[in-house]
Formats: sequence, C-alpha cells, structure tokens
Amino acid sequence: MSFKRNILDLRKRKKEAQQGGGEKAIEKQVAMGKKTARERIKAILDENSFHEYDLFVEHTGRDFDMEKKVLHGDGVIIGTGTMYNQPVAIYAQDFTVAGGSLGLMHARKITKIMDHALKMRVPLIGINDSGGARIQEGVNSLAGYGEIFYRNTIASGVIPQISVILGPCAGGAVYSPALTDFVFVVENISKMFITGPGVIKSVLGEEISMEELGGAMVHSEITGNAHFFAKSEDECFAQIKKLITFIPWNNAQKALKFPIQEPLIKKSIEEIVPVDPHNPYDIRDIIKAVTDGSDFFEIMEYFARNIVIGFGRIQGNTIGFVANQPMYLAGVLDCDSSDKAARFIRYCNAFNIPIVTLEDMPGYLPGVDQEHAGVIRHGAKLLYAYSEATVPKVTVIIRKAYGGGYIAMNSRHLGADFVFAWPTAEIAVMGPEGAANIVFKKEIDEAENPAEMRKQKIQEYKDKFANPFVAASKGYIDEVIEPSETRARLIHSLEVSGSKVDQRPAKKHGIPPF
Amino acid sequence: MEDNSSNYQVFVVNSARYLTLTTTKYDRRKKYIPNDPKEIRSIIPGSVIDIFVTPGQKIKAGEVLMTLDAMKMYTKIEMPFDGVIKSINIQKGDRIPKNTVMITIE
Repeated sequence: MSFKRNILDLRKRKKEAQQGGGEKAIEKQVAMGKKTARERIKAILDENSFHEYDLFVEHTGRDFDMEKKVLHGDGVIIGTGTMYNQPVAIYAQDFTVAGGSLGLMHARKITKIMDHALKMRVPLIGINDSGGARIQEGVNSLAGYGEIFYRNTIASGVIPQISVILGPCAGGAVYSPALTDFVFVVENISKMFITGPGVIKSVLGEEISMEELGGAMVHSEITGNAHFFAKSEDECFAQIKKLITFIPWNNAQKALKFPIQEPLIKKSIEEIVPVDPHNPYDIRDIIKAVTDGSDFFEIMEYFARNIVIGFGRIQGNTIGFVANQPMYLAGVLDCDSSDKAARFIRYCNAFNIPIVTLEDMPGYLPGVDQEHAGVIRHGAKLLYAYSEATVPKVTVIIRKAYGGGYIAMNSRHLGADFVFAWPTAEIAVMGPEGAANIVFKKEIDEAENPAEMRKQKIQEYKDKFANPFVAASKGYIDEVIEPSETRARLIHSLEVSGSKVDQRPAKKHGIPPF
Repeated sequence: MEDNSSNYQVFVVNSARYLTLTTTKYDRRKKYIPNDPKEIRSIIPGSVIDIFVTPGQKIKAGEVLMTLDAMKMYTKIEMPFDGVIKSINIQKGDRIPKNTVMITIE
C-alpha cells in the first residue's frame, strides 16, 4: 500500500479546483482585458512564494437550485506569500466563478485571511473583482460584507490594508476598499459605485456610462476614493510594489531603511520658485530637490491637486510629504485638499512615518459651494490631524503662509517640532492686498487717487509684514534659512527627532470632525 | 511636468491675483442659485402619484398640494404659506428628476 493513489487524487482535485470558473469563463475574463485572479496574485508577490488556503471550500447556498452548483473555491482565492521576502496576506476575488459574487463561505475565506494578517501583523492586499452580493444567499451575503467591514476597521492603523479594484466593485462591496488605506484602480477595468447606471436611469432618468459614473479616473479625480490610477494591470502591480517599499509592515515597526542617495535634480532650488508670490511653480520639484534620488511617490495625484501628498526618503528613511501646490488653484486649502491631507497625516502618524510640510498657500478657497460643502468641518480635519500626530513634524515655509492656512499647515502652534522659513516667506494674518484694504480703508477711501493710495499702502504693508522676520522675532519659526540649505536642515531636524516622545492624555480615541 | 503656462488663469483669493491652473472638479462646480420660495421643487427624484390642486386655486399654508413617490415612500408636499396656485408643471404619473419646479405659487 502506498500513498501514491491518495497523492494522485489530491493533485487531480487541486487541478480541478484551480481552474476556477473553467476555460470559457477564463476566456471571457481575458477578453475583457483582465488577468485571472491567480495571475494577479502571482504578479504582485515574489516568485513562487504564494501559498493558497481554503481551495476546497464549498458554498452553502441551498435555495434556488444553488445546491446543484459547484463553485470552485467559492469565487475567491486566499493565501500568504512574500513581497521583497517579507510576509504578506492576500485575497483575490475570482470573477470567473459565479461572477466573483460574495456568499457566506466566500466572505468566511476573506475574513479568515484578514484575521491571519492582523494576528501576524502583516500587510493585507485585497483584489476586488466581483458582481456583488450573491443574491441567492440572501442575508448571508450581507452578513459576510459586515464581517469584512468590521475587520477592516479593527485592522485599521495596525497593518497596512491595500485594496486593488480590478473589475466591478458595486453596492455594499465598495465599503471594504473605502475602509482600507490605499485603493488602486485601473482605467477601463475598475468600476465602483453604490447604485449602477441602470438604476440611476430608471429612477432618475439620468443617463451615464459606467466609466463616467464610477470609472478609474472618476474615483481618482472627482470622488477621491482611489489613491492610485494606472492604465494597465501591470502598471498597477508596479505601483503596489513601489508603495510597499515606503511603508512599515505594521504599526510597531518602522519602514525599511534604504541606502542614502543625494537628490538628482541639478537645478538650484531657488531657480524652481518664482520670487513673485503670485506666480506658480510645481511644488513637486521642491520635494524632488530634497528627497533621496529625487524619488517622490505621489499619492492621489489627480484629486485635490492643490495639495500634494506622498512618500519620499531622506537619508534612507521614509518621509510623508504634505505640500501646497501653487500650480493648481493657487495652492488654496479647501474641503477636498483638507480631507486628502488629513487622512494622509493620520496614516503617517499611525505607521511611524515623520511628516515634512512644505507651505506656500494664500488661504482658503472662497465660494458658496465651499461654505455649503462644509469647508469648516473639512478644514477642521486638517487641524485635528496635525495636532494629533506625534511623529516628528517639520515645516518649511517657502512663500505664502497667510491667515488660517498658516495655522493649519503644521504651524508651531499645532505642535510642529521644527519650523523653517525661506527669506521669501510671508507669514501674516492675510496677504498684503487684502490686509491693506482693511487696515488702510479710511486712507484709501479718502485719498484723491484711491488706486494709487491703495498701491502705496499695499507696498507699505508688504515691507513691514510680508516676511518671515515678524514670526521669527516671536520664535514661531525656528530659523530663516537659505533655500539651498533646505535638505541639510531637514536631514538634521529629522535626525534629532529620531527618538521623539510626545505623551498625550490616555483616551479611547478622539472625536475628529469626520 | 509638462509646460502648462499657456493655460494659467487668474485666480483671486483675498483681493490678490494669482496665476494658476484649475481642476476639472473646480470647473464643474455649480453656481449658487438662491432658493425661490414661490417655486415648489422636488428635493428628491420620484414619481407624481397625485395632484390635489388646480391653477388659480387659493390654498392655505399646510394644505397638501400633491403626493410624490420617492425612495419607496409617499411624500406629501404641503403649501409653504397662504397663496394662489400659479401653475402646475407636472402631471399625474410623471417621473421627475431632482430639483424640478413642480408647482409655482404667488
């Protein structure tokens, strides 16, 4: 008697189950320009590192003739593997099996790998490609979603959670990605919405395509649900592999240290920034002028472009950058940019990543739409996130730092550890134009030539207040530096903040203005 | 970054004029239109179930003008103040989008 028969039987069973929905369904998947769930996992993980669990799990549907159907793996693949030789947990919904629909056992498999990821303190990557709830399983599929959301929440801030949307992700399914840290989307493949175009048409009479309603660019540019946009699945996988190099494996660790590199940008940093504060430039060029190898990995590139967030390294260590972008909307703060920056700051804080803030902004975006959209509530998130963060926090004021925006952009008053200002910095209660109109209203109104008087008074205000020295005289900024000294100052201030301890009162949690 | 300088627009914040680019979402923002209390608008999309008034009719505040079926609920739309029905722009059975002017009053 030998094991051979049993082993051959096992191999046969495995092979069958691994076919997922079978050849025809796989052909369909490929025809849509999509990879199969297994190919996707392989593409993300280190070669030959994937180990699958629950391959033989069967669904429990007993209504609507479901008991007669075999759904291999119940439409989802779960397992563990490595990225850069470090362990990760992963699941991928298999659209070829019943449209990747989520039933009870499908959800149980996902929650099993989530529990594992959390217990082992390793990142969790979820690949979403599913038609949604398996209607035949009724309330069981709702239970499944709820159990996933619960785990997403418990794991939040403990392990990195990455969602990859590679197909439809509609209705309740959207909320798991929304609860995770980073959402990746691919043009023409990712579709996310609560209510699809069909229902919208029948109820509202509004006609819209899937791509326009919930396609990859809509979520990257308009809704802010997605963090990374790619043109192909391969580009998306490359983005995931790059992101993971910047973040620690869990909240008790620090990100991997890389070899130190000098910035590659040869242009002098002064040449990037126009001296006239009314003229734009690309703030990302400043980030690239101070980061190792000029490598800046931008997050949410298309959403709220008036603020830039992302990771770079200084002396080999991961840094989170938050920077006003004068190139878009003059770099103003508004609802979306406050949301975008606040969430990123909280991410950095949760995962021990120091934050460098580059400031050049004229204030808040004026308008009824902003006020009614809740710029007070959203703007408060930014104040909250900066104040709450206990990681090292360094600010460099490049040009404009006016009014409430000055406070919000990691000022000394919100707990910045170091604040530097370029000599071009204008730290003032508001810009000279606005301030002169108020302070010298009487003089301007009563002048023979009000326009000329206004010009003169603006200049007067500018000379006196639009500089870094008033704030420096109060100690609100630590040092006025030459632009070319920026990287050296960042290196030093981050080095001396390396063992920072910032004790806060014990509490269950704060109540940020969600 | 590509050279966008030809697309720069003037953007005014606190009386200062900045050169900058705008975003798609900013360009798509809707201009604010003040609410006219003499227009009864649909605050959600739905179907007109019934209309109880006719043009020229004098109506007291609080009287029911019509019933709208929206989000699986029958919503009764009431007269906001004493007045006269000026026009009725919908018919029983109509499916109407959000913010439709259904009835005007004077």
